[in-house]
Amino acid sequence: MAQQTDIKYLTPIAVDIRKKKYCRFKKSGIKYIDYKDGEFLKRFVNEQGRILPRRLTGTSLKFQKKVAQAVKRARHLALLPFVTDNLKSNQ
Amino acid sequence: MEKKQIIKKYEDKENCIKKKCIFAAQNYNQIYKQKQSTIMLNHYETVFIMTPVLSDEQMKETVKKFENFLLEKGAEIVHQENWGLRKLEYPIAKKTSGFYHLFEFKAEGSVVKEYELQYRRDEKIMRYLTVALDKHAIAYSEKRRNLRKEKEATKEQ
Repeated sequence: MAQQTDIKYLTPIAVDIRKKKYCRFKKSGIKYIDYKDGEFLKRFVNEQGRILPRRLTGTSLKFQKKVAQAVKRARHLALLPFVTDNLKSNQ
Repeated sequence: MEKKQIIKKYEDKENCIKKKCIFAAQNYNQIYKQKQSTIMLNHYETVFIMTPVLSDEQMKETVKKFENFLLEKGAEIVHQENWGLRKLEYPIAKKTSGFYHLFEFKAEGSVVKEYELQYRRDEKIMRYLTVALDKHAIAYSEKRRNLRKEKEATKEQ
């Protein structure tokens, strides 16, 4: 029994302590997401202009729906692209 | 005797129902009148893009035209913004820029349909979007307006 606890690993076990994701809208008390603010909406969009999933941004379901709605409206008004490359590097 | 009693019972019941009916009708009338007196005015926001081919005067004319249309229909314009010539994120009708303009207005729901028809009939309009605002959106737009005012004030100084 004592020998089992003596096992030594060549590389330390990766125990990554991740910060818990949170919904930024809930935290900061934003209730309405504006479709006219293209620069802000770019945070919820990847380099190709696709909407980022909740599992990456940590947005709550309630606000993810609103974000998606706002992004789609912004796209219609040509404030955001439907598809591009290197959206973020252009900034 | 029994017969008379039964008849009386029935009459009482009838009277009772009649009274209830009359009361309900009066109530309904009252509610209906109240509804009529306060016609629901919804809050809307509309953004449209005009072609960059226009000169400044033509642009102002078209904006005036749409403004007048709204006023004719009894809408109350709360706010308007001119964003000027802006670059589009993707080309629309082979144009890479356009004049943006925003109206915020209070109107009946039926006005919106007619108003959007005007957009579709006008060749100078490339894109439009009309959105109904909820209470959070109204609060936000007010905040935004104030911020804009402050910015302009600081610029002038």
